[in-house]
Amino acid sequence: MTEVTLNGVVKRYGKHEAVHGVDLKIHDGEFMVLVGPSGCGKSTTLRMIAGLEDISDGEISIGSRVVNDLPPRERNISMVFQNYALYPHMTVRENLGFTLRIAKQPEAEIETAVKKAAGILGLDELMERRPSELSGGERQRVAMGRAIVRRPDVFLFDEPLSNLDAKLRTQMRVEIKKLHQRVGNTIIYVTHDQVEAMTLADRIVLMRDGHIVQVGTPLELFNNPFNTFSATFIGSPPMNLIDGVVTDADTIVLRNSLTVPIPAAACGQVVSGQLVQFGFRADNLMPVGHAVEETGKLVDLELSVSLTEPLGTETLLFADFAGQEVQAKMLNPRPVKPGETIAFHLMLDKCHVFDAANGKALRD
Amino acid sequence: MAKHLRVFRHTPEHRKKGTMRRRLPEWFVLLLPAFIIMAAVVLIPLVFSLYSSFTPYKLTRPSTLWRWIGTSNYEKILTDVKFWSAFGRTILFLTIALNLELLFGLLIALMVNKVTLGQRTIRTILMFPMMFSPILVGFQFKFIFNDNIGLANNALQALGISDAALPWLVDGKLAMFSIIFAEVWMSTSVFAVLILAGLFAIPRDPLEAAKVDGCTAWQTFRHITLPFLMPFIFIALTIRSLDVARAYDIVQIMTGGGPAGRTELIWTLMSRTGYVDARMGLANAMGYVSILLSIAFTIYFFKKLSAARSELGFGDKI
Repeated sequence: MTEVTLNGVVKRYGKHEAVHGVDLKIHDGEFMVLVGPSGCGKSTTLRMIAGLEDISDGEISIGSRVVNDLPPRERNISMVFQNYALYPHMTVRENLGFTLRIAKQPEAEIETAVKKAAGILGLDELMERRPSELSGGERQRVAMGRAIVRRPDVFLFDEPLSNLDAKLRTQMRVEIKKLHQRVGNTIIYVTHDQVEAMTLADRIVLMRDGHIVQVGTPLELFNNPFNTFSATFIGSPPMNLIDGVVTDADTIVLRNSLTVPIPAAACGQVVSGQLVQFGFRADNLMPVGHAVEETGKLVDLELSVSLTEPLGTETLLFADFAGQEVQAKMLNPRPVKPGETIAFHLMLDKCHVFDAANGKALRD
Repeated sequence: MAKHLRVFRHTPEHRKKGTMRRRLPEWFVLLLPAFIIMAAVVLIPLVFSLYSSFTPYKLTRPSTLWRWIGTSNYEKILTDVKFWSAFGRTILFLTIALNLELLFGLLIALMVNKVTLGQRTIRTILMFPMMFSPILVGFQFKFIFNDNIGLANNALQALGISDAALPWLVDGKLAMFSIIFAEVWMSTSVFAVLILAGLFAIPRDPLEAAKVDGCTAWQTFRHITLPFLMPFIFIALTIRSLDVARAYDIVQIMTGGGPAGRTELIWTLMSRTGYVDARMGLANAMGYVSILLSIAFTIYFFKKLSAARSELGFGDKI
């Protein structure tokens, strides 16, 4: 069992505190993704787990061992770095076998382990090359191979795909997921890309400014964002947020005195006169009549479209909603002219209400 | 048709073209000043010294410059015990001094690299020995190693380690040690500074990867840091081997090649032959033989350098 537990983990650089008391439990075999904008402390947290940064306060344990004072080499972890971090003076074969050679394993065993890893990642053809003779994707595969060979308790990935081009990134994402299904180890993966987080993770840890904002499965984060930051960071396009005031008649008055009913889930949480933000995703604001199955309570709207972004299976529509630009999604798209006014349905049950004062979701 | 051609040949444009053809090409004209300066300061002295090495040229009798004696100077050198022992001593001196400087320079660089506060100051202080004239360094160590009033003997006696006045600059082995000591004191910082530059250039990622991969501090140094430093070490060795191979000033000041030739290096021997004995022809011949030494070291280190570079994947072989 290799659980990783973080207990009130703090990182300070001099007087500046970068990570403020992170508590986290990562289960055995779980694919955990730490995601957040740059400077949110996700990489620092990962590097503390790896032992590359000192832990200023709190406790990290891997399995049943507290690792605070253990050097990286005694933590039985593998790490894949953003810049691959291959050893330039060694061939692919030597890179893969390095960790075992350092551990003074018998040559035959090293050979078997290297061969196996090379097989998993399709590196057989490249074994005698040096890193400088490899492409970015190949280097990243070697870095992953090096991590596998070590047979660690935990894999750590530090933004491993950020240096690859978009197409390769998608491809490597699939390979990483396959790798996890195959080896089944605990993986902690850091990225700033919410798509990577959504597609890879069993659970996501969303961080901001050295704090954990929300922990949950990708769908939990998507469907029930804890606050406006979660709502706008996870999901593409980001959730539309519109300022409004709660009235006593169970409605929210938005700008331009447009009113919408309060979604059922939020009814018990709001008080009359409260300043709120009304939020909904583009997927829940749909033009009427595009062979879309609509559920729950619907609000009829007439909106003027200012811009369109055709994506093939769908078109993003930028529309004016209560004096604010919002994004809507048109499935089975038809051509839309800028300035055209279209009838929309807003699926009220999927809308969210956030407290304008602290951004927290108001939900039963 | 023929008439037409004749008319064409006498047009003014054609005459202009003709004069153009007689002028030197522009690139040559532009490079000419450089060629002339190079010839004056490098080529002519080089050819002259090569020529004079085939004559019994004595500075005191200029007419000897015109007597061609063939390879007789070189033959004399090849069988000259004094020359070959100076040659061998220079190689010994070079080997010991370079190895010590490399070792100390590496240690100093690794330590300075760990310093976080005041590193710039330390780096500056580190370079102080390089700023002194070798002549002054020679005088300084001549004083330090003086057997009567020198610091070395005084210190040894004050600490009760030795009663006798050690003849630092008189005993052959001790004199060699003293000279090497001075040389190492003066030039270790060349290695330290170059290796420090190498340490700064090492990317952080492979070092961290090695830590995670299970390397101890020593293994990280041995397998990651050192291969990255090798190009810098070979650059330092190339520069310093040329430097040490022409060592003259410190030796001349401290022992003058003595006592009785026991610290004689190639350059002290050569200058004695050329200027004291005034046998410039012979001295030049020695120069040409000993230059082989420098060339050999340079080629050797340069090959090592390009091998180390290509191993790291820094471009192709130079």
